[in-house]
This record gives sequence, C-alpha cells and structure tokens, in this order.
Amino acid sequence: MGLFSSLAEKLSNVFSKITSRGKLTEGDIKQSMREIRIALLEADVNYAVVKDFVARVSEKAVGEAVLKSLTPGQQVVKIVNDELIALMGSSASKLEVAAKPPTVILMCGLQGAGKTTFCGKLGSYLVKQGKKPMFAACDVYRPAAINQLQVVGKKVNIPVFEQGTGNPVKIAVAAVKEAERLGYDTVIIDTAGRLHINEQLMTELKEIKKNTSPTEILLTVDAMTGQDAVNVAKTFNDELDITGVILTKLDGDTRGGAALSIRYVTGKPIKFCGTGEKPTDIEQFYPDRMASRILGMGDVLTLIEKAQEAVTEEDMRKMEKRMRENKFTLEDFLTQFKQLSKMGDINDVVAMIPGMSKANVDAKAVDERINKYKSIILSMTPQERNHPEIIKSSRRKRIAKGSGTTVQEVNALLKQYEQTKEMIKVANTGKMPTMPQKVIRQKRRFR
Amino acid sequence: MGLFAKIKEGLKKTKEAIAYKLNKLFTGGVLTDEFYDELEEILITSDIGAETVDTLMDRLKKAIDKEHVRDTNRVRELLKEILVDLLEENELPEYSYPLVIMLSGVNGVGKTTAVGKLAKKFKKQGKTVTIAAADTFRAAASDQLTVWAERAGVRIIKHSEGADPAAVVFDAAQSLKSKSKGGDVLLIDTAGRLHNKKNLMEELKKIARVVSRELPDAMVLNYIVLDATTGQNAIAQVDVFNEAIDIDGIILTKLDGTAKGGVVLAIAGELSVPVVYVGIGEGIDDLEDFDAKAFVNGIMDE
Repeated sequence: MGLFSSLAEKLSNVFSKITSRGKLTEGDIKQSMREIRIALLEADVNYAVVKDFVARVSEKAVGEAVLKSLTPGQQVVKIVNDELIALMGSSASKLEVAAKPPTVILMCGLQGAGKTTFCGKLGSYLVKQGKKPMFAACDVYRPAAINQLQVVGKKVNIPVFEQGTGNPVKIAVAAVKEAERLGYDTVIIDTAGRLHINEQLMTELKEIKKNTSPTEILLTVDAMTGQDAVNVAKTFNDELDITGVILTKLDGDTRGGAALSIRYVTGKPIKFCGTGEKPTDIEQFYPDRMASRILGMGDVLTLIEKAQEAVTEEDMRKMEKRMRENKFTLEDFLTQFKQLSKMGDINDVVAMIPGMSKANVDAKAVDERINKYKSIILSMTPQERNHPEIIKSSRRKRIAKGSGTTVQEVNALLKQYEQTKEMIKVANTGKMPTMPQKVIRQKRRFR
Repeated sequence: MGLFAKIKEGLKKTKEAIAYKLNKLFTGGVLTDEFYDELEEILITSDIGAETVDTLMDRLKKAIDKEHVRDTNRVRELLKEILVDLLEENELPEYSYPLVIMLSGVNGVGKTTAVGKLAKKFKKQGKTVTIAAADTFRAAASDQLTVWAERAGVRIIKHSEGADPAAVVFDAAQSLKSKSKGGDVLLIDTAGRLHNKKNLMEELKKIARVVSRELPDAMVLNYIVLDATTGQNAIAQVDVFNEAIDIDGIILTKLDGTAKGGVVLAIAGELSVPVVYVGIGEGIDDLEDFDAKAFVNGIMDE
C-alpha cells in the first residue's frame, strides 16, 4: 500500500525531514512546499485551493522569524497546521433552530452522496437531543427511494410524510403543514440526488426553498469526491445559499481533501460527518481535529470523547480502585467487555490513535470473541464471577453448555482473565503511564 | 537511492533541462512554462492525480523532443495520443455465454442503476437475462432493483432484507442451471461496501466463491463500479477489490456531470484494469461502451 499512503503520512514524512535537521534553509522550505503541494493534490484538494494554500504557507514560512527560530521545522509544521485549521473554519458549528417551529432542514446533493442514509442519522441525533422530527419524502425520481426512507424511518422510529411520486414542492409544503398540525418540531426534507448542472432539478430545489423557508440547507458530499467537489459545492451554494455541508463516508480510507476544497469555495461550515452505516454513525465536524488528523496526529480528541461516552467517570473510579486493590474479578472483566462494545468498531477506534491510521483488524472476529466472552461470564453464578478460582472442570462444562460455547473457550477466557489480572498487578507495583497522558504529549509536539 | 542511481537521475534531469531549453529556443518560446502549467492543470483537475500527471508530462516532453514539435496544437495531439494509448493498453474481456457479471463497489456509486442498464443492454441483444438481488443490506435496495428489472423486462431473484447475499446468488445459480436453454446472462447486484471494511470484503469473496462453484462452465466477470466524481481514493478501491475478487473491468458512472473521471488513467497505468462501460444519465439506455478517444477529448477539450 506504499503508493496509497495517506496525506497524514505524507506530510509527516515531509516534516520528519525538516524536524530532524534543526536548521532550515530557503531551499528546504521550497522542497517541503513542493511535497506538501503533491500530498494535498493526491489527497484530492482542488488544484486552485492547493495553489493558494501553498503560497500562503510558504510566504509565512520564508519569513525571518522561521529561519532564525531554533526549531524552524516545527515552525513550518505549526504554520501548515494553523493554515489548515483556518481554511477549514476555525470553530465547530451547530444546527440552527427556527424561532417558530417546525424547523425545516432541506437535504440536497449529487446522486449517491448518502442523503437518505444521513436523514436517518440526523433524525436519530435530533431525537437524542430531545427533538421530535419528521421526514418528508421528496425524492420522487429514484426507484424505491420513498421505500428506502420509510425503512430508515422505521429503524429510527421517525414518521415519514409521503404523497407517492407527486410534485416534490407540493409534498414538501404539505409535510411542513402536517408537522405543524401534529406538533413535530423539525422536518427533514429528503430530496432526489441531482447533478448541479441540471437546471430543471436545481429550479425545483429553489422552489422547495422558497415555499418552505428552511432554517438549514445542508449539502451532502461524499468524502471521496475529487477535484469536482469545487464545482458541485460552488453551484449548489450559488443557487441555494446553503447553510452547511455534510461529509459522508468518512469511515473509508479517503484522504478527504474535498473537505478543504468545499470549505474554501463556499465559506460554509461542515456541520456533520457520516462515519458508518448505522443510524448512530454521525459525528460533529471539528476543523481542528480534522487538521490534526490530516497532519498525522490522530483523532485523539474524538477517541477520548468516545471513551468518555462509553465509560462514566463513576465507573472509571470504581474500576481504578478495584485495580489498585488487586480486586479485579470476572465481574469487572465483563464490565470492560461491555464498555469496549459500546465504543464501536474496533477499527474506527484504532484509526484514531496517532501513527495507526492503517491498522486493519478483523472487527467482526473481535466482536464475535467479545460476545462469546460476555456470554460465558453471564453463564456463571455471582459466586463464580467473584471467586474464579472455584471454577473447576465440572463447573467449566456447565458454563460451556449454558453459554453455547466449548470448554476450550471457557478455558481461554479464564486464561485471558488471569493474564489481565497479572498485568494489573505489574502495573500496580511499577509505574505505568496511563494512556491519555501519553496521547496528549504526542499531540503537543506539534503545537 | 544508491549513488549510481543518484548520478543517473541527476544526469537525466540535466539532459531534460537542456533538451527543454533547446526546444524552447527552437520554438521561439511558444512552449512556455505557462503552457505546460496549463496542460498540467487540465490533467490534475480531471482527477488524474499529481504523481501520474508527473509521469505523463515526462512522457510528453520526451515525445516533444523526439519529434521537435513547435506548435501547441501538435503538443495537445501528442498528449491525447499518450492518454488514449494508456487507456487502450489493457484488453477488454470478450464475452462468451453463459455469462455472469457481478458488480461491486463502494456505497452510492450507482451499482443498482448500472445493473438495470446492463440488463436492458443484454436483453436488446436477444439474451435471456436474470438479475440476482444480492444487496440484502441497504434499505429497499431490492425494491429499487425490482423496478429496474421490470423496466428492462427481465427476471429477478431476491430474498428478504437481511438475508445472506451468497444464498441469493446460490438460488439464482440453481435457477440458471435448471433452465438449460435460456439463462444466458446472470447479473449480480451487491451491497455497497467500503474497501477498508475487512468483514464486508470477506463476504464479497464468499459470494464470488459461490458463483464459481455453482456455475463452473460460465464465464464469470467481476466489474467494479466507480463514480466519476471520486478522486484518488478510486485507486485504493480498485486495488483492494482486485485483491479480494480479481476485477476484470470498470464501469465508470455519472460521467454526465462536470467530473472527468481522470483517475481511471492512474488505474490503467498502475493496476492494468480497463474501463468497459460508462454511465451517462439516469435513463435505462444511458450506458455506453467505453470509447478512449471520446473520453480523452472530454478531458482535453474545454
């Protein structure tokens, strides 16, 4: 995969060359700018955007302050990082709410960008926020698009307003009225995918906008989009004056340069990202995190947040106390497995750790094993869980039967438990740095 | 890089620089840096990719030196020839029947639509076509495919949502075998999957295994569907799918937009996979055989 190494790796290559040498010449800067240019182009950042970006960075980098600095390499890194963040918008932004409900959210974009799937995600996100959303099925062109939205709606328990394959403008208007009548506070309008150069369909969107006065007009863009992202985003923005962008399929291994380009040509914020196929796979977009991800520092902040979501502080303190007292039982082991499952796909988690962007773990196999271990522990009596030493061969047989596993698998779990316990003992006697500290150190290196 | 290689590289650059300067002298400054920049911009903005563009520009400069070209129109022609040659280097599969074509690719590239269009194409040629709806994952995918099957007037084999896709393909294969007179073409639609999801790629391998096991006498072709709007990630897509199930060709969709789909040039050069069809609209007949010359003209003629 050497050929397809990510932008993060490429830039860190450039930077390791500079940082390792200490002193920096103007020639060095030129060379690193050239490599940054190629890396950005290979990452699908638009040609014109790259040109401008490199010019800005190089102007700042050639400045005397950098050349005279003790750590010129880090200075260049800082400049690139800062400019990257500046280009992507300096702060995260949230969804606006209409003064008088219902808030109308209009989704638009090219075919296959992931609008319908994202409707489901946005809906479930809003429900979590305590909102009461409704979907409006205005894709009357693609075969079975309405069916798809209905299936999505059922999954996230949100009603779908549809009038078959009628006039999308009329359907949108009727949907807003219906929401008002039934007391729904948000209407998410799903529209058909369309080419930005299709005048007739762009006019249709403008009509929907005119007649429903949406608070948010969200352009959905595939994170894998190439150079054309600029044309698409610019046209949609010119025609509709969009309020924000949704970046989908970010769970792929794309370098995501489109994010930079779109932000650059529209000036509109990227509000959310789609990071998987489940309705819960929606994340807010943080420009600084994206920049550090691009710069090879991993998406540490998101990782920490995910871990916090899965583990309450109370849990953490309890667990730590038990570990310190060497009182780590199978019951605790079970809790750990449960937390691990809550953090989501193991590959996503690994990808957020700096320097591990390309780990390829068989997530399914890991999930299966965790599930097996969970069911084995669940088949034990409370006494067995707290005093594992009493689990001898007849108990093992019973547990295997009860959990639908084999005695070998029960043995494997017990072995793993013993190993973990051993590790905790070692950690308690020696001084082992906790992970968050380590992570923050790595992050600071570039600041 | 070894010392010898370094010297060689250095000399090559010098030689190129001299040739370039001489050429500039001869052409009276027509082939300026700006002119080359402009060509480079055209290639890069069509998603060919910076590294591939570098290689192509080197090839172009060599060709210019060899022919002592003096005018920009001829340079454009030369560049077009280089691009067309690259695209035509890889041979297209020649169909024999019974034929099985399985379409795969990442999410949202237009697989289901392409299956519908292919069904119509083979039907028009007088073939008996069966569609297997092996996308059992996406909401209402088989409903969507059913509409296409009706439009094309062909048979469809489907299971309920969430069923095992390999089982759908197995059933389709059985029904194909039992109808020995017909059953010319089997088209398989699969669920969109990102190539970095290992378990989904394993599932695809399983489907492919069922096909070759159940239909040992058929010609089986695996086509990957690429969205012309996609950038350099398409290379990784083809690379990983190819590793999993041996890709025989590309269907390039959504060429009716402003995206040029130039990344297939990088793919042709690096992975030797040919483009077979292009999608140019939402109608059932909007699927054409790939024409390298027309494609290159699309990139070069603004």
